Amino acid sequence: MTAQIRPAMAVCPGCVAAPNEAVEQAPTEARLALSLPTIHCQACISTVERGLNALPGIHSARVNLTLKRALIEADPDLRAADLIPVLADLGFEAHELDLASLATTDSDRAGRELLMRLAVAGFASMNVMLLSVSVWSGAADATRDMFHWISAAIAFPAVIFAGQPFFKNAWSALRVGRLNMDVPIVLALVLALVTSLWETSLSGEHAYFDAALTLTFFLLAGRYLDYRTRAVARSAAEELAALEVPRAIRMEDGVEVETAVADLAIGDLILVRPGGRMPVDGVIATGQSELDRSLLTGETLPVFAEAGTQVSAGEVNLTGPLVVRAEAVGEDTSLHRMADLVAIAESGRSRYTSLADNAAKLYAPGVHILSALAFVGWYLYTFDLRMALNIAAAVLIITCPCALGLAVPAVTTAASGRLFKRGMLIKHSTALERLAGVDTVVFDKTGTLTAGTPQLENLAEFSRTDLEIALALAESSAHPLSRALTQAARGAGITPAEVTNLQERPGFGTEGEYQGRCVRLGRAAWVGADQGNQTAAWLDLGAGAPRGFLFHDALRPGAVEAVANLHAAGKEVLLISGDTTGAVADLAARLGIGNWLAEALPQDKAKRIQLLTDQGKKVLMVGDGLNDTAALTEAHVSISPASALDAARVASDIVLLGQDLEPIAEACTVAQKATKRIRENFRIATLYNVIAVPLAIAGFATPLIAALAMSTSSITVSLNALRLK
Amino acid sequence: MSVLAYLIPISLLLGGAALAAFVYTVRSNQYDDPEGDSRRILSDEWDDHPKP
Repeated sequence: MTAQIRPAMAVCPGCVAAPNEAVEQAPTEARLALSLPTIHCQACISTVERGLNALPGIHSARVNLTLKRALIEADPDLRAADLIPVLADLGFEAHELDLASLATTDSDRAGRELLMRLAVAGFASMNVMLLSVSVWSGAADATRDMFHWISAAIAFPAVIFAGQPFFKNAWSALRVGRLNMDVPIVLALVLALVTSLWETSLSGEHAYFDAALTLTFFLLAGRYLDYRTRAVARSAAEELAALEVPRAIRMEDGVEVETAVADLAIGDLILVRPGGRMPVDGVIATGQSELDRSLLTGETLPVFAEAGTQVSAGEVNLTGPLVVRAEAVGEDTSLHRMADLVAIAESGRSRYTSLADNAAKLYAPGVHILSALAFVGWYLYTFDLRMALNIAAAVLIITCPCALGLAVPAVTTAASGRLFKRGMLIKHSTALERLAGVDTVVFDKTGTLTAGTPQLENLAEFSRTDLEIALALAESSAHPLSRALTQAARGAGITPAEVTNLQERPGFGTEGEYQGRCVRLGRAAWVGADQGNQTAAWLDLGAGAPRGFLFHDALRPGAVEAVANLHAAGKEVLLISGDTTGAVADLAARLGIGNWLAEALPQDKAKRIQLLTDQGKKVLMVGDGLNDTAALTEAHVSISPASALDAARVASDIVLLGQDLEPIAEACTVAQKATKRIRENFRIATLYNVIAVPLAIAGFATPLIAALAMSTSSITVSLNALRLK
Repeated sequence: MSVLAYLIPISLLLGGAALAAFVYTVRSNQYDDPEGDSRRILSDEWDDHPKP
C-alpha cells in the first residue's frame, strides 16, 4: 500500500506546497456570491441590499435580479455562513455559491463582442438604407453616385468588422475542405461589396451595399439569439454546480479545520458529519454510522459502516459523525474515474446531425452551383463580364440564408424560454430536436421517480402505545427513517410517550427506558430481527419479538402524471434500476409500468439502451445517479433532475430544475412543436427563394427586390417562431 | 441640393454618436441585469440626493 502511495506524492510536490503559499498572502478583500431563489421584486432588492450593507465587514453588496444572485465584497474573514441567517431573518432563502465554478459567467466576453458587432451592423445598415431609399425613390446621376460612394465608405469597414464571425467560421471549414452555411454567406458578402464597388466606380445603377449590411445584421441577430439561449442555460447549469461548495473538514492534531476539497491529500483525516457527502475515497478510521449509497448504486437500503469500512466519494453519511482516512483524492476517486469514462464514451449527441447542418449540407453546394451557372450562362450569352458578375452576385444575395440563419435559433429561443419557465433547462443546442424524435423513455428509480425520502407504509398495524414509544425514540434521531416515522406518527395525532435515558447509537438506532424496560428502535441485526428486502426500522419493546416499521420510497411529485402522459402520447416506458427486485416491481406496479429491469449494474443499463437503439428506437433516459451516467450518455437524449450528482448532470442534455417530473411529458410535446416550426421555417425560406431566384437569374432583380425578399422572409420566420410562446 | 452637404454629415454624425453611446453602455455592464434595472427605478432610495 505504501509503495503505491509514495510515487503519487513524489510526482506532485507542488500540490503539497501549494496550500502553505496560499496562506502567506492574505487577501484584503473577499468576494462572496449568494444564490437568492425567492427574490422577485424591487422591495426584495432594497431589503436584501440594505440588510447586507448594514452589516459590519461588508464593503458593498449588489443584487442581480436576472440571475437571482447577490455579489458581495467584504472583509476576508467574513463567511457566507454568517450572512445566510441574516437573510433568513429578513425572509429570504439564501445559498452559498462557489465563485470558482461561476468564473465563466463573470466574463461574458464572447456575448459582448457579438452584441457590439450586431450594433455596428445595425447602425451602419440604418444609415446606408436611408441613402438607398433616396436612390430607389429617384436620385440620379451625380447624386446617386455620391450616395453610393458614401454607402461604400460605411459598408466596407462595417462589414469587415461585423462579419468576422462568418469569415472565421468559413475559413476554418474551407481549410479542412468542407462546406458550411458560412461559406455562401461570406461569398455573398464579398461578391456584393466588390461588384457594388465596381458598379459605383462605373457610375452604374445598382449597388447592393444595403443588402450586404442588412444580411450581416439579420444573420448576427440569429447568432446572438442562439448565443443568449445557450448562455442562459450555461449560467444556470454553473449555478447548480456552484451550489455544492467543495469544502471539507480536516482533522489536524484533533482540531477541526475547514479546507477546500482540492487541498485534501492522501492520508488526511476528514470529518464527515451526518448528512454530509464523502469528499474522498478512503477507510473509516473512527465512528459508526449508516451510509446512503443510492447515488452510486441505486440501492435504497442504507449500509452499515464502522471503522475499517471502505467508503467512496459521493456516498452520504446518515447518522453518526465519521472520520475518514483519505486513500484517493480529487481526480483519482472512483467517482471521478467513472465520470471520466463517461466523457470518453461516444455519446448520442455526437452521433446526431442537427436539422440546420442537414439544411446547410443541401443548401451550400446548391447555391454555389446555381450562381456559377447563372454567371457562365449570362457570360456565354452576352460576353459581358460586368453583367454576368452582377447577376451572379444578385443570385447569391437573394439566396443568402438570412431566413435560414434565423429559422433554428428563433424557434429554439422561444421553446427553451417556455420550458425554462416550467423548470427545465435545455443544456445542449440540439437537445430539443432529438427530444422530438423520442419514442421510448427509460427511467431510473431511486432519486428520479422516487424523491429519495422514505414513507411509512404500515402505521395502522401498530397499537397506540407502541406508536407513542416509537415516536419518542424516533424524535431523538435525525436519521431519514426516524424523521419519516416522526412525520407519519405526528400526522396521525400521536404524542410521544415518556421515554427516559434516550440515547442514539450511530449506525444502529436509538434506545431508551420505558417503564423500567429497555426499548429500542433501529436496524434489524441490532434488535435481533431478520432483515427483509424492504427498508424497515425495527421496534423492540423488550418483550416479544421485534416488529418492523416498513417504508417505501415516496414518489416524486408528478411522477404518476408524467408516466401516464408519456403512455398517452404513445411512448414506451421502461424502468431500469440497480435496486432489489421487490422494490422495483412494487414501484413499477404503482406507476403502471409493465416493462422493468431490477438489480441492473451500470453496464447493464447502458447495454440495454444500446440494444434499444440498435432496434431503431430513439431513447430518452431519465436518471440521476453515477450508475446512470453511462446510460445517460448512451441514450439519444437524456434528462437529469437538479438533485442529481454533478457527473450525471454534466452527462445529460436537459436538467429538471424543480422537484416535479410532470414537465417531461410537456417537454416532448414542445420539442415536437418546435421541430415542426423549424421545418416550417425552412419551407418559408425556400418558398421565398423559389419566387426570387428565377427573377435574379433572369436578370430582373434589383437591390429593392433583394431588400424586400430578405426582410419579409426574415420577419415571417421570426413571427412563426413566436407562435410557440 | 447644397442642403445635402450639411444633412449627410449631420446624419452620419448622429448615427455615430448613437453607436458610441451604445458601445459605452455595453462596456459599462449595463445589460448584465435587465430585470433588476427595470425594477430599481421604483426604489425610493437616493431620491433626494445621488448615492455618494
